[in-house]
Order: sequence, then structure tokens, then C-alpha cells
Amino acid sequence: MGPMTIAALAFSGLFVLILLWMIALFNGIKRKEIECDQAWSDIDVQLKRRYDLIPNLVSTVKGYASHEKETLEQVISARAAAIDSTGIAAQGKAEGELSQALGRLMMLSESYPDLKANQNFLQLQEELTSTENKIGFSRQHYNGSAAQYNTAIQTFPGVIVASLMGFGDREYFEIEVPEQREAPKVEF
Amino acid sequence: MRKASPSSGPTSRAYPANVTFNTLIRSNKRKSVVLMIGMGVFVVVVVTVMLMAGLVLLGSRGGGEVDPVQSLVVGATAAVVVAVLAALWSFYGGGNAILKMSGAVQIPREVDPQLHNVVEELAIAAGIPMPAIYIIDDTALNAFATGRDPDHAAVAITKGLRYQLSRDELAGVMAHELSHVRHFDIRFAMLMATMVGLVVFACDAFFQVARYQFWFGRGMSGRGSRSRDGGGQAQAILAIGLLVLALVLAAVAPMVVMLIRFAVSREREYLADAGAVELTRNPLGLISALEKLGACREPLEVANRATAHLYMVNPLKHVQKGKGHELNSAFSTHPPLTERIARLRALIE
Repeated sequence: MGPMTIAALAFSGLFVLILLWMIALFNGIKRKEIECDQAWSDIDVQLKRRYDLIPNLVSTVKGYASHEKETLEQVISARAAAIDSTGIAAQGKAEGELSQALGRLMMLSESYPDLKANQNFLQLQEELTSTENKIGFSRQHYNGSAAQYNTAIQTFPGVIVASLMGFGDREYFEIEVPEQREAPKVEF
Repeated sequence: MRKASPSSGPTSRAYPANVTFNTLIRSNKRKSVVLMIGMGVFVVVVVTVMLMAGLVLLGSRGGGEVDPVQSLVVGATAAVVVAVLAALWSFYGGGNAILKMSGAVQIPREVDPQLHNVVEELAIAAGIPMPAIYIIDDTALNAFATGRDPDHAAVAITKGLRYQLSRDELAGVMAHELSHVRHFDIRFAMLMATMVGLVVFACDAFFQVARYQFWFGRGMSGRGSRSRDGGGQAQAILAIGLLVLALVLAAVAPMVVMLIRFAVSREREYLADAGAVELTRNPLGLISALEKLGACREPLEVANRATAHLYMVNPLKHVQKGKGHELNSAFSTHPPLTERIARLRALIE
């Protein structure tokens, strides 16, 4: 074997190694991207679940507090706006408004003892609480996945593969709720 | 013994500042791997020493008696096979066996929608599949998780606990259990238990052999073998050294592995508490649940020493001193509730 052959072999070996490395990098990023998509679809499921709960809730509340028209209509229009919204940022804003309107509706129910004793309402309340928690948790999960993905494609060596294969940044999902449930601050 | 203190000392060690939960889990897994390797090496050393010392003891009878040696080798092989089978069984079937043993029954969604909702929320928060939910018909206050990985997990709660907790407290308790699942604590505990069993078995077998040799074989064998090979003095010293080492190890090793296991179990309880707070973002729920658990002194009849480490709080209350004065003993599977609550309080700014 001449030195040329050895050099050629070494180079092709190196080439194969680099190729394998690139493939591993690509797979890693792709996995993180799929994770983001899954996390997003989890949020979507919960948001849809909330849309589905609202008509039932509104009609139940109406039976006891029909004159609270304004609050009820706000919920209905906020729901419609949230369904129609497109884009992560716009949807976050619309969902935030819906959360707020729902919060007001639930506050209002406090002053109707009959409503609060209604079994159907209690069930809906539990479902709504749970759905809102799930939205919060799946948002947390999505944003965590998005952060990991974004870090992977913005740092070396992922950035090489990302720019070659055209991976783009993921937007975070922020639900703007001014009067959010006051949870104690946790420090880790 | 450490004393319960609300200072941030132990807390800041367990959860250094500015770590995300993922780093915490990763370091937890790393520590587990290190501990497992350490434990594995120790187990191999102990078993090897026991085997060699046993062989020396049996061999010292001389006279070409191979049978006891063979039987020891066969016995050791059988022990390893049994241990591996036991590990496999507990790995694949242990979860169901524990549920059955504790009389847990699966609870349908319609019966308790809130419980299902809470677990669902936390499964989403943890990013793991929804575990099966079981209820134990017992008035004692406790809960546990089982399953070899998040895909085969189950959580169980006693009726007593379920109906004493508010929604937030329930979320805290379930988050603690799901943290065990998420940290692979159940798998880890099962493997640890298997290793402990292996060491205890090996040491015990050695003692049996030693006792047997002491009563039946020693009289002439020692002198006999020494006179037979005159130049084997160094060998004899080596053999005696090995025997002494084996005796010491046999006396100490079961205790050591058990202590390691308990220490790990306690550390993992703290971590599961921290994980629960990370999931719920609400330490107050878990704190008040732990306070309720601490106020109840009723032991859980269906629990035993083998399953104690799985539970939310130590189910074998009778081994502890009176109310509020639990021992932070090296032999307990759970840290004292006061210490757990103190560490959780340290998480609140």
C-alpha cells in the first residue's frame, strides 16, 4: 500500500466519521423539534377542551344568574376570539383574555349559593380548574421543550447543522393574564 | 444524627442555586449510576471474598475432597442465578405484586374524577404518560408509586388520605409520587434491594460454611495441611488473612449495604419532595399534606418492611417514637417529616 492509498483511506475514514457525527447531531435536533410539536399539540388539546366546556358552563350559570349578561357575553366573545386567533403570540393573548373572562365568571358564581350547590356546576368547575391547570402545565412543558430546542440550534455544534438544514427558532407560548393565580414564589 | 433545622444548609446542598429541574434530575441519575457502580463493585468484592474464603475453609480439610468445593461453586452459581431471577421478576412483575399485596384496586374515572384530573395534570407537567390510579381501602394516611418506568407506572393512595386532603394537598402528594416515577426511584430501589439481598445471602452462606468447618472439620485439617506442605507458610498466612477479612466483611457488609440503601432512600425522598414542588409550583399544598400525615399515627396494616420505602411516609409507625419525635435514624427509609417540611419551607422565599 502506497502512502497515497493510506492518505485516501484516512481521509475517507475521517469523512465517514464527520458524516456520522452530523447525522447524530441532526437526529438530536430533530428529536427536540418533534418534542416541541408534541408539547404544542398537548396544549392544543387542552385549549380545545376548554372551548368545549364553556357553552355548557355558560348555560348552567345562565340558569341561576341570567342577569349577569355582560360577564357571560364577555366569556362567549373571548372564546370566539381565542378560537379564531392565529399565530402563537396572538393566540396567547386571546387565551389570556379568555382566562380572565372565565375568572370573572367564576368569581361571580361565589355570590350565588344555589349555583354553587348545583352538582352540574361543581363538575364543570372541577373540569375547568383541571383544564386550566393542564393548560398551564402543558405550556410549561412546551416552553421547556422550545427552550431546549432553541438552545440546541443556537449553540455550537448544533448551529452548523441547523443552518445547513434550515431549522428555525421556536416561539414561546405566553398567556398574558394580569391577575394570575398568586402562587408562592419558588426558588431552586 | 442530624437535627431538624429550618436553616438552608442542607437545602442549598440538595438544590444548588440556579439549577433547572432537568439538571437536578440529570445529577440525580448520575449519582444513582455512581452509587450503583459502587454498590455493584462492593457486592462483587464481598461475594468473591466469601467464595474464596469458603473455598479455603472447605479445602483445608484436604484429602482431595472436592465435593464440598463443588457444592459451594454450584451453590454460589445458584445464588447468583436466583438473585438475577429475583431481580428480573421484581423488575417486570414487582409492581403488580406490590399493588396486589397492599390490596390496592384500580379506581375508575367516574368514581373520582378529581383524583384523575389531578394526576392527569401532574403527568402533563412531568411530561410522562398517565399512570394507573389505585386506591387502598384503609383509613391510614399514605400513598405510594410503583412501576419500573414511567410507561408502566401506577400510583396508589389510601381512602383515608384521599378524603382528608384538599385539591392542592392531593396534588402535592401525587406530585411526590410521580416524582418517584419520573426519577426512576422504584427501579433503583428494587435493584438496591436485590444487591442487599445478594450480599446478605453471601455473608450468611459463608458463616454457615465457617460454622460447619468449625464444628466438624477443624480438628485435624489445620495441622494436617500444614505438615503436608512445609513451604506453604506464606500460603497459610495468606489463607488466614483471607479468612479474617472474610469474617470481618461478613460481619460488616450486610450492615454497610443496608445503610447505603437507607441513606439513598432518604435522599430520594427529599428529591421527590423537591420534584413535587417543581411540578405543582406550590410548596404549601405538600407542606400541609405532610402536616396532616404527621398528625396521624395509624400504621398501615398492608405495608411491611419490604414495601415501606415505596410509601409517602413511613407506613410502619410503631417503630417510631411518639408524635412529632421521629428518629432521624440511619435505619429509616424516610427522613423525619419535620425535616422534610423544613426543607420545603426553605423553598418559599
